[in-house]
Amino acid sequence: MDHLDRLENRSIHILREAYSQFKNLCMLWSIGKDSTVLLCLARKAFYGHVPFPLVHIDTHYKIPEMIGYRDRLAKEWKLDMIYGENREALEKKLTFPDGNATRIECCKNLKTEALKNTLSGEWPRYRLNHAAGKYEKDANTEPYTGVIVGIRADEEGSRSKERYFSPRDKNNDWDIGDQPPEFWGQYKTDFAPGTHIRIHPLLDWTELDVWEYIKREGVPVVSLYFDQGDGKRYRSLGCWPCTNPVESDAKDLDGIIEELRSGKFANIAERSGRAQDKEDGGGLEELRKDGYM
Amino acid sequence: MDTCKKDMNIVIVGHVDHGKSTVIGRLLADTNSLPLGKLEQIKEMCRRNSKPFEYAFLLDALKDERAQGITIDIARCFFKTEKRKYIILDAPGHIEFLKNMITGASRAEAALLVIDAHEGIRENSRRHGYILSMLGIKQVSVLVNKLDLVNYSEEIYDSIVKDYTEFLAAAGVTPISFIPVSAAMGDNIAKRSENMPWYSGFTVLSQLDAFSEEPPLDDLPFRMPVQDVYKFTSSGDERRIIAGTVESGTLKVGDGIMFYPSGKKTTVASIEEFNRPKRTAVSSGFSTGITMTEQIYVKRGDLAVKTDEKPPVTASRIDVSLFWLGREPFCDNRRYYLKTGSAKVPMRLEKITYVLNASTLEKTVKPSVEKNEVAQCTLALERPVAFDISSDLASTGRFVIVDKYEISGGGIITGTPDDGKIAKDVARRNFKWEHGGVSLTERMERFGQKPLVIMITGRKNSDRKTVARALEKSLFASGKAVYYLGIGNVLYGVDADIKTGRSEDRDERDEHIRRLAETANILTDAGLIVILTASEIDEDDVYLMQTVLGEKIFTVRIGDAYDKEPAFDLAVDENDEKATEMIMRKAELFH
Repeated sequence: MDHLDRLENRSIHILREAYSQFKNLCMLWSIGKDSTVLLCLARKAFYGHVPFPLVHIDTHYKIPEMIGYRDRLAKEWKLDMIYGENREALEKKLTFPDGNATRIECCKNLKTEALKNTLSGEWPRYRLNHAAGKYEKDANTEPYTGVIVGIRADEEGSRSKERYFSPRDKNNDWDIGDQPPEFWGQYKTDFAPGTHIRIHPLLDWTELDVWEYIKREGVPVVSLYFDQGDGKRYRSLGCWPCTNPVESDAKDLDGIIEELRSGKFANIAERSGRAQDKEDGGGLEELRKDGYM
Repeated sequence: MDTCKKDMNIVIVGHVDHGKSTVIGRLLADTNSLPLGKLEQIKEMCRRNSKPFEYAFLLDALKDERAQGITIDIARCFFKTEKRKYIILDAPGHIEFLKNMITGASRAEAALLVIDAHEGIRENSRRHGYILSMLGIKQVSVLVNKLDLVNYSEEIYDSIVKDYTEFLAAAGVTPISFIPVSAAMGDNIAKRSENMPWYSGFTVLSQLDAFSEEPPLDDLPFRMPVQDVYKFTSSGDERRIIAGTVESGTLKVGDGIMFYPSGKKTTVASIEEFNRPKRTAVSSGFSTGITMTEQIYVKRGDLAVKTDEKPPVTASRIDVSLFWLGREPFCDNRRYYLKTGSAKVPMRLEKITYVLNASTLEKTVKPSVEKNEVAQCTLALERPVAFDISSDLASTGRFVIVDKYEISGGGIITGTPDDGKIAKDVARRNFKWEHGGVSLTERMERFGQKPLVIMITGRKNSDRKTVARALEKSLFASGKAVYYLGIGNVLYGVDADIKTGRSEDRDERDEHIRRLAETANILTDAGLIVILTASEIDEDDVYLMQTVLGEKIFTVRIGDAYDKEPAFDLAVDENDEKATEMIMRKAELFH
């Protein structure tokens, strides 16, 4: 069993545990490389099936290629695909930079609020009707009590303190100072009414592990991660106004792996291209306490 | 190449302020694992604030840099040597320290235990040493820190080594090394110290590289807790896959396997895979899925083992060593859940043998176990589960306890009170069981029901038989295959050889109950819903029946409460016209 095998098998165990313990379970799919690896792990865990819905929070500021890729895979892999959004904030232009909001406020509106209300079922969810080939308003408005998320401990400080099964209270809040113990493969799968659990199968993976796994398993990823000839590529994908490409001439998986292993990015953080992390110090930890992924 | 390097989780523990953060800071700095310019920046900041520089500041500074996405946090630090990649797990926070420490330590392959030479052995030096032994961490290296504050005295170092070796021996830990260090000065961390010519052993770094990787548990008996059973029929997939993670041992296609506690037997038909060639064997650590040659009824909570290997223990009372983490003390007047492997059963604390003071190893008898205490106890489970004695097979010999949604304790199973005879008989019966040509699954599909035993009881004069008959008629009318079996039907036939009429004889009563349950077991194997009646069934009777049946039975009391009654699934008033309907709903007979 090599390093990637160990990571893969632990993640599959966690996914199966989540599936067996949560009746209203979903997986967040940001279209980025991490949650796409997670999606492939789910297909392995359940032998080609993904027995729970994939939820995407559409900010409508995603790089357009991402949405096309999402719907192509959803159809090809017969995924139960759902998206949610903050329609009000979009209509009122409470957005950045083209509207009346700072970066952090925009994140809060389009991601955190949209996520919170989509998970709770208070705002409409749109589900892909495979027969009709389009999204339709979902009749199911039950809250999700288990939410699988592809965060990694090595991404930034607050994520390194996470558990595999991490409770959120009625207000979606995360009590970072008092987290459940987690040992011997036994997780917090019991929860009070009104609360929910975030499940983090990729917690032990590093950015390099993710790319090596993508290569080993042939996981399809958006081409934005590669240099298209202009000496730039995206290392982390988000909304276009707040995600900047990095200088890089990595044109393929080997190029990216080399860059991370011993090249220019070996000691530079992955989210360095994400502007909201830098705003007023600890931006991401604050966002996460409120329910951001 | 990095990917060829193994990684190893190391937990660092010790009393507060004995220098854990400084040790980590030093290790990061001396292995060049810090972001560029970080060390200089902190030193400069200290100089400007006229504050002496400390290596522990590095961790705080890294934590503060979360906004820049620096990948290091005090919870997990990453660094590498020529040999391996290390993840150092630290447990921040004083109040919740033990909870965090156990979370970290349970993932670790080795531990560094830090003791301040100046302050000597303190409460948590002992407590943590003891917990490490309970968690089964065998590789422990003790760092005697701050030797610079005691003039690098060999004498002081030796006396700490001597005292602590004695304590750890009593707690069941043999440290693999003691290292005299000064993390602040860098003595014996990454570089050999010139201040202690009397010491010639490992530095911390060379000790880390000398820790050995835990060998895979492939040579031990095969154990796989059943995590789930998949049948994605609606997506056109007809496979019935038993999913689980192999805790120990190896399994091959064609091996005979048995599921405990039910003791049902079958053969491995295939090991399933997605997007890769099929395997013919699978070993410890793999999350796998198998199909079987016969479709026997298996469910989450069962333990899969190989028929030609050492069987697990099946019991409903267990002796354990546990640590308690809950806000509320662990006591005998509450219902908890025990989770072991994939099984989850309601349980109660039956007896506290003693509470151990983890820092003095003194034993005291108390009515409850408080937060952060460790104790030896007997637990009573509502139905039997399968496990191993921890000293035989650690990975299937441990458990956690859930109190009101929270994991509030955990421990290892040290033995069973001597009541294993019936469980053994049951295992042997299942082992010898002759399967017919029609499987239970096929019967279940034909009858459109899951077999179930419903026990209707009450005081001697209660009208349980009328309720039982009405329930039988009603179920039969709705198309269920059901059979009513009163204890009287067994007493004068099956029990004729033992019936004495002395109803107070406990052994005789147990044997009547056992035979009643064995008879019911044949009927449920035939796919039936079985309605039993007997008067004043008590908790022991319920345990016994569940041991025999290997399943939970649904219990109903008609009329008034009586002495020593068990916890019922349902209690119905005498003459309640809705009794039948209530039983059918609560027992979920139409789901």
